[in-house]
Amino acid sequence: MSPWSTLTDPILRQNPVTLQILGICSALAVTTTLAAAATMAAALTVVIVCAAGIISLLRNHLPSSIRLIMQIIIVASLVIVVDQLLQAYFYEMSQRLSVFVSLIATNCVVLGRTESFALHNRPLPAMVDALGNGLGYSLVLVILGSLRELFGRGTLLDVEVLRTVEQGGWFEPLNLMLLAPSAFFLLGGLVWAIRSWRPEQVETSEFGLTRVKEPGP
Amino acid sequence: MAELNPIQLWRRLLSLPNESRTKTIVIAFLISSVCAVMVTGATVALRPIQAQNRALEQQTRLEALLTEIPGLSQILAASDEMALSTVVVDLRRAEAALDVTPETLPAALANSSNWTELSPQEDIANLGSRANLKQVYLLRGPDDRVELVILPVSGTGYGGPIEAMIAIEADMNTVAGLAVMSHGETPGLGARIDEPAWRTQFAGKQVADETGTVRLSVAQGTATTEYEVDAITGATRTSTAMARMLQFWLGPQGYGPLLDAIRRGEF
Repeated sequence: MSPWSTLTDPILRQNPVTLQILGICSALAVTTTLAAAATMAAALTVVIVCAAGIISLLRNHLPSSIRLIMQIIIVASLVIVVDQLLQAYFYEMSQRLSVFVSLIATNCVVLGRTESFALHNRPLPAMVDALGNGLGYSLVLVILGSLRELFGRGTLLDVEVLRTVEQGGWFEPLNLMLLAPSAFFLLGGLVWAIRSWRPEQVETSEFGLTRVKEPGP
Repeated sequence: MAELNPIQLWRRLLSLPNESRTKTIVIAFLISSVCAVMVTGATVALRPIQAQNRALEQQTRLEALLTEIPGLSQILAASDEMALSTVVVDLRRAEAALDVTPETLPAALANSSNWTELSPQEDIANLGSRANLKQVYLLRGPDDRVELVILPVSGTGYGGPIEAMIAIEADMNTVAGLAVMSHGETPGLGARIDEPAWRTQFAGKQVADETGTVRLSVAQGTATTEYEVDAITGATRTSTAMARMLQFWLGPQGYGPLLDAIRRGEF
């Protein structure tokens, strides 16, 4: 696989959120505003790229009996470092993201990529793959964050786009957009749209009914 | 001696099969140690900046509390004689602590003799022990009377410690406002104590009734008396913690004697 397709595949064709349905929890929790979604996406991308690089370097000497716990330790340490950096330099944003930055450690996207790709590939391809997955996750978060902020508050990055009724305009904010269920609806709609456009992403039904040939008279 | 050469040892370790017990233990130990150093390094190196951020945040929240109190910003802007002063008070004697200034307060609180252990009956706010010295803010009017007092309160909520500031008007019985400084409550539920819609309910509420019993509380549902504010739906533990915290700190074990002293004009 060429480095270019390693990078771009996870963005649309193999998107971790819309195809593999991983990392849904944070996609629901932090996408009320675009700024929060973008910060979370950047934090996850940094963590996943560093984790993939480190784990790929260690891959030949990582005993397979303890490989999962070692991966979690590395990912969790990186998450703490990123969280501390956010608390030091983006204090207000880290207060808004609260626990969800720490929960990157349990995000399936990260462990999924280190376990399935970084453990079997050289550092450079592993980091490229991780970057692609990070960007794929970021794309979904940014789409959800923009839609929710735009329709829930009428703003984008705190800049007024649709003037709300409160401010004397015409737009009635949809409060549902600020609640977690709306992210579920939007995400479902997004998955549906992508799979209608690219039918090869539709999963084959595993337990569907099949027509059996009726016995003759 | 070749076996003690670290490079040789390292090579021999790496050449061991991955499944060997020695290699498993050594690799686990090494990775954990490196991660521990990384985490500790980041925490220690960034702590001063984070502490500064938190102090700044507390300052902005205190200022926000002052601007929320109706009419106060005009009073402050109108007269130069009225200014907010910071005083360290001794809760045991209900008077200003003479030898402790706000700068030396952290050092004084490091000494365990400045803390009072609370018995389980007294300890409704779940604090364990109470500091005898507290830093309060007083606003004095032109005739040197205390017009407003801002008291720091703390307690244990559902998700960890809650710290807040309560402002009380000149009669020492009417709440002027409440600001939450820090908390660890559940986002979307208990964390709503920080939202202005809930906090501003406290303005105008009465602290104690005629007999001096602290009645200020969070209702079980919707507030019905002049001592209560509405509870937060889905955050019963947080609401209860806020109520207990206020009852403790405004009561006899907290600022009660101090408020009485100010009311008598002894302060």
